[in-house]
Amino acid sequence: MNFWELYGQKLITAVGVHFLYVFSAVSIGFIIALTLGILLSRVPSIAKVVLPLISVFQTIPGVVFIGLLFLSLGMVPATAITALAIYAIFPILKNTYVGLLSVDRSLIEAARGCGMSKTQRLFEVELPLALPSIIGGLRISTVYTVSWAVLASMIGLGGLGEFIYIGIATNNNKLIVAGAIPSGIMAISLSLLIDSVKKRVSYSSGRRGGVK
Amino acid sequence: MTVKIVLEHLYLVFLAVLFSTAVGLPLGILAYLYRPLRRAVLVTSEILQTIPALALLGMVMLIFGAGKLTVIIGLVLYSLLPVVHNTFLGLDTINPGIKEAARGMGLEKWDRLFSIELPLSFPMVFTGIRIATVTSVGVAVFATAVGGGGLGSIINQGIRTQNMRLMLSGTLTLMAIAVLFDIGMAFIEKKMNQRRSA
Repeated sequence: MNFWELYGQKLITAVGVHFLYVFSAVSIGFIIALTLGILLSRVPSIAKVVLPLISVFQTIPGVVFIGLLFLSLGMVPATAITALAIYAIFPILKNTYVGLLSVDRSLIEAARGCGMSKTQRLFEVELPLALPSIIGGLRISTVYTVSWAVLASMIGLGGLGEFIYIGIATNNNKLIVAGAIPSGIMAISLSLLIDSVKKRVSYSSGRRGGVK
Repeated sequence: MTVKIVLEHLYLVFLAVLFSTAVGLPLGILAYLYRPLRRAVLVTSEILQTIPALALLGMVMLIFGAGKLTVIIGLVLYSLLPVVHNTFLGLDTINPGIKEAARGMGLEKWDRLFSIELPLSFPMVFTGIRIATVTSVGVAVFATAVGGGGLGSIINQGIRTQNMRLMLSGTLTLMAIAVLFDIGMAFIEKKMNQRRSA
């Protein structure tokens, strides 16, 4: 029996499950991160304390986090999605915050001069200008989440990681490849997709910066 | 016993960062000097980092077998991006006036690169190495999956036996290492930037 007959159906399910994890985790993370980022940008003095603290939490390896939640929540998809969503928050939060703060002060002044209220300035001036940065954060989070969702299989929750884990454990090369290649393709294509969205919303394409 | 595992982890990270600098720095210079190769080099390093870490290690394992070599190759591929990108950006964002002046003084292309451009971009390159180091500390946790040992083995054992203490001790050690590297190297970076602007 060839590989496709044996695992084809399972592989398609795994891709679907994997994508579902990524999609729901990133959506939840995005909403939380955007809200927190906007709130923090209103009070930079608090942000200077909160952001470094979160970046320390970010160094906790995903394995541990999923493991910890597993012990407390048990083997339900919510465990994986919660862990992944928490991890997805930080890059978006940071980029939202930095994006909002780097909006040219004079533009905000001008908006105020035009008689815009605080909320209007936020939604009609600051957020649109910070959008490329926010979407940049979304891209980083999405790519990471695809990568971390591989770990979900560690606690028996399926996804493409299952193929990789079983493949490594049983020394079955075909299974490793069957898990690794689709997850790689998923990460790369989502990254390209979000990049193209980012290009469409960028006002100034001449900006550049290092990996920070 | 635990010290041995921590050292093993550090050993993996050290070799990985060493090699990714040795490979990434020339690649960054290549991208800077040869325009036709630029996109290819930058995009390839980006794609490598997009691939999930465990998937990458799994695929490297197919070629090199289980063991430390696989882990180090995987980590190098994974931490190439910050080194390559920051080398390129560091070189590319040097004040054109300085490059012009060096040319005006009659320095050849390679002289300019080694005595003017690389020293000036070094702080940026170092930032790349710092990011690569901190990332490697975290990714090296997967080493245990392909037989490379390190702190991941403790964490894994903790999860498998539902031993909270073991898991926490592994995690906290790991976090401490990552944070210490980050803070220490950020400090050096700051010193360099101060000297540069002084």
